[in-house]
This record gives sequence, structure tokens and C-alpha cells, in this order.
Amino acid sequence: MKKRPSLVAWLFIVLGTSYFLLPLIATFLFSLRAKKDTLGFTAYQRVFADSSFYETFRFSALMALLTIIASLLLLVPTVYWAYLRHPRLHRLIELVSLMPFVIPPIVLVFGLIKSYSRPPVILVQSRGLLIAGYMVLTLPYMYRAIDAGLRATNVKTLTEAAQSLGAGWPRIIWQVIVPNIRGALVNGAFLTFATVLGELTLAQYLAWPAFGPYLARISQNKAYEPAALTIISFALTWVIFGIVLLVNSKDQQQTQFGGTH
Amino acid sequence: MAEQASERGRGAQSPRLDLRRINWSWLGTVPFFLFACAFLLLPSASLVIGSFQDNQGNFTWQNIADLSQPSIVNAYLLSMKVSGITALLGTLVGGLLAWAMVLGRLPRFVRAFLIPFSGVASNFAGVPLAFAFIATLGRVGFVTVLLKDLGFNLYDKGFNLYSFWGLSATYLYFQIPLVVLILTPAFEALRPQWREAAESLGASGGYYWRSVALPILTPALLSTVVLLFGNAFGAYATAYALTGGSLNIVPIMIGAQIQGDILHNPNLGYGLAFGMMLIMTLVLVLYSWLQRRSARWLQ
Repeated sequence: MKKRPSLVAWLFIVLGTSYFLLPLIATFLFSLRAKKDTLGFTAYQRVFADSSFYETFRFSALMALLTIIASLLLLVPTVYWAYLRHPRLHRLIELVSLMPFVIPPIVLVFGLIKSYSRPPVILVQSRGLLIAGYMVLTLPYMYRAIDAGLRATNVKTLTEAAQSLGAGWPRIIWQVIVPNIRGALVNGAFLTFATVLGELTLAQYLAWPAFGPYLARISQNKAYEPAALTIISFALTWVIFGIVLLVNSKDQQQTQFGGTH
Repeated sequence: MAEQASERGRGAQSPRLDLRRINWSWLGTVPFFLFACAFLLLPSASLVIGSFQDNQGNFTWQNIADLSQPSIVNAYLLSMKVSGITALLGTLVGGLLAWAMVLGRLPRFVRAFLIPFSGVASNFAGVPLAFAFIATLGRVGFVTVLLKDLGFNLYDKGFNLYSFWGLSATYLYFQIPLVVLILTPAFEALRPQWREAAESLGASGGYYWRSVALPILTPALLSTVVLLFGNAFGAYATAYALTGGSLNIVPIMIGAQIQGDILHNPNLGYGLAFGMMLIMTLVLVLYSWLQRRSARWLQ
């Protein structure tokens, strides 16, 4: 078996890696040239001196956090309950959680604007609508994460054990079930965070001063700052995934990278 | 059903417990379905209904018929071309990378690097991705200038980052890593015993791949192509950031319609979105069918 050297495999990996690294190297080099004839971090300094960088970032981070909290509050009890009592509802919930795949962000925001910009319910100016939209956008992987976590846990036995010790439902969910699927929840939460942080479509059409539209505006008006911002975004994505990997290796969880656009 | 019946049976002995369970059952799943109705079903249904209405709200087929306007047909064709080519190329390249990583007998660090990198890169889209490609393959991009210094002018040869091939090259940056993530388990599921069995019966390496491995992998490969097609078809942010709306793919057109009614008919805009949902539904149905087929062997 161990006869052929893996030269072809090496070739593929080297070619593939260069396709992935070239844009990053190019962007990085470009970001260093903000001052004429010298390489330096001027573009980064300008980004960090820009107050709208912080404002939009804070706004998006807050929206991401609220989305995560709302998603967990909505989904954990639902999926848990379906596991425990309604196996048939479970199929339906699974189907619903796949629906966002059929509705791309641009179509979702179109539908949200059409449905909620005139009476009887006007929500387009509410942050709640943005968060609800983000919850829909991230529903597939949030659901998948929770589902995978529950599947790997013996839900019925844990519940019965907790019940026999006199625990009520809220207590069973938050003190017995949640700690047992913590790794899966962290996984889903960080994927959601990464998605919402740089999200453009919903924020743009619902007109919120979020990080995604800020990036788009800067990249149209400036030359070197967007390069710096690109590198910063990429580093941030790495940090987020690093945390996920760390938490999961501690919990020996399968990491879910999911995430389609 | 049987479970509910037995619960009711038990509840007859302790009516208080039974009541509590039924109450909780409602509280447990109703918020989710209310949420889904309000923010998934209602928005999409309103678009579907709107595409069968005229400006006065009467039923009409006119909007669906009007989707055959050349500009709209071209947008759908271009969207499908970009999605199709990046799905095929992405599956090919990503498949080769996954194969090299799993079966190429490479040192472990390749995998330890490639998998997390694929996770990051498949989530690296939108404005930053578009800008990275502008810095690389734009008119004064790194690679463009490098090639020019070597005597090869990309843009004279007909390449343009802000056109079909440029957008496709950019989309591949998140398509390929997604394939690596999806197909790595598939390659891992090919059991060495199958190969050994084939070889002990006298099959060559090529024969094993043609007659054993590829047939087993085919559903997984096809379902990857389909998933990638959907992934690219719905993408908006990357295309918008790259071309600023100059390349007429369907998501860009919908965006322009939201902003300024470029079609001069709001209901035709809903029809445009309806068509997109229809295609995505087909993609999803095909994908789950293929998934079920590929699960038969690759466990």
C-alpha cells in the first residue's frame, strides 16, 4: 500500500493553498502601503482612529449577542421538548429549520420589508425585526448544533433523573440539559456571532448603522483602509473559530463549521 | 399518538400532573412555530402572493409571464452560470484537496491546518472577501501587476474582475473550503478493506476508483454540487461589494428593486423573488434526496 509517494497530493495541496493565501498576502501588502514609498501600519492606525469603526462594530456585536440569546431561548426548550415528547413535531421543526436555505437573505429582507412596513404591523424601524431576521438567517446551524448536542446526550434518562429529584422544567432545561450540550451551544453561538458581525444584506436594507454596511461604505470611498479592515475581519474570524475549536477540544465535541451564504 | 394516549392513561390517575404536561407542551413548541410563521412563512408567503397580484391586488398571471423579459431571463441565466460553474469547479478542486488530504499520505499538520482554515475561509465572504480579490486581481491588484511585469496583461487578454469570471473566481474562495469540509468525511468513509478486496481480486488502482470508489462517492459528490449551486445562487453581499451592482445577477437585481423599483412594477419584483425561492426549493429537494442516497454507503 505504501508504495507511491504522495507527490500528486502535495501538488494539489500547494496549488490549493496558494490560491487561498495569495489574496490574503496581496491584501496585507496593500494595507501596508498607505504612506507613499514606505511600508507601515498607517492604514490600521486610521481605522482604529475612526469612531464609526467602533460604533458600527459595537452595534453589530450587540445585535449578534441579542440574536444568540433570543435564538437559544427560543430553540433550546423547543428542540428539547420535541425530543422528549413529540417525535413527530421534531420532523416538522427540522423542516422549518431548513427553510431559511430556500429564502436567501436578499429575499428574506424583501419579504420582511413587504410584510412589516405598512399597517397593521409596522416593524421596519425596530431593532427587533433585524434580530428576528438574524435569527432566521442563523436558524439552520443553530438548530443543527442544538440537535447534534441533544442527540449525543441521553435526554430521557437525564430528564427522568432530574424529575425524580424534584426538579421543575425550567430547572431541568437550564441546569441539567444546557450544561450537557454546552459545547454544541458554544458552537452554534459563535457561528451566529461570526455571521451577524459582518452581515451586509439585512442591515443595509433595513438601514441600520452596522459593521457590514460600514465595511461596504469604506471600501467604496477609501483605498488602503479597506485592505486593513479585510485583514482585521479575517483575523477576527480566526479568533472566533479558534475559541470554538478550543472549547470543543475540551469537550471532545465534533466541530461544526457549517455556514452557507 | 400512542405516546400521547398512554400519557392520558397515566394522567387519569394524577390529573394535576397531566394538566401540567399539556400546558408545557404548548409553551414549549408554540413560540417556535409562531416565530416561524411571523418571520419565515409570512414574509415568503407575502412575496409569493404578491407575485400573483396586480397593482390593485387582483389575481393575475401577468407578473409570471413578464419574468420572460430579456433582462430578467438574462439575470437568471447569469446567476445560474456563476452558480453552476463555481459549483462544478468548486467540487472538483475541493474534492481533489480533500482526497489529497485524506488519502495522500501527507504529514498530519496538513490536515491540522487545512480543516480549520477551511472553516474560516468558508465563512469569509461579503465585503472583506470582495476587497481581498480587488487587491489581488483588480486593475492594480497584486497578481495583475506581477503578471504585467512578467509581460502578461490579464486585462488585455479579456479578464475583468468585475465580470463573470472575476465573480466566479471570488465565489470559489468560499465554495472550495466548503467542499473540503463536506467531502473529507466522505473520503474518510471509504474503507481500506474495499480497496484491498478489489486489489486481491486483481483490480488496478484506476479500476478500483472507477468501479468501486467513485460509484460510492457519486451521490455525495452530486449533493455537494447541488449545495454549492444553492450557496452561490443566493449570495448577495460578495457580488454587491465586488461589482457595486453592475453585474446583473438575480440577487443584485432584487436589491435594486427594493431600493428603487427598477422594474417599475413592485409586483414583478415579487415575482423575481418568487422565482428565486422556487429554484432554491428545487435545490433543497434535490439535495436532501441525494443526501439520503449517499448515506447508504458512507456512514
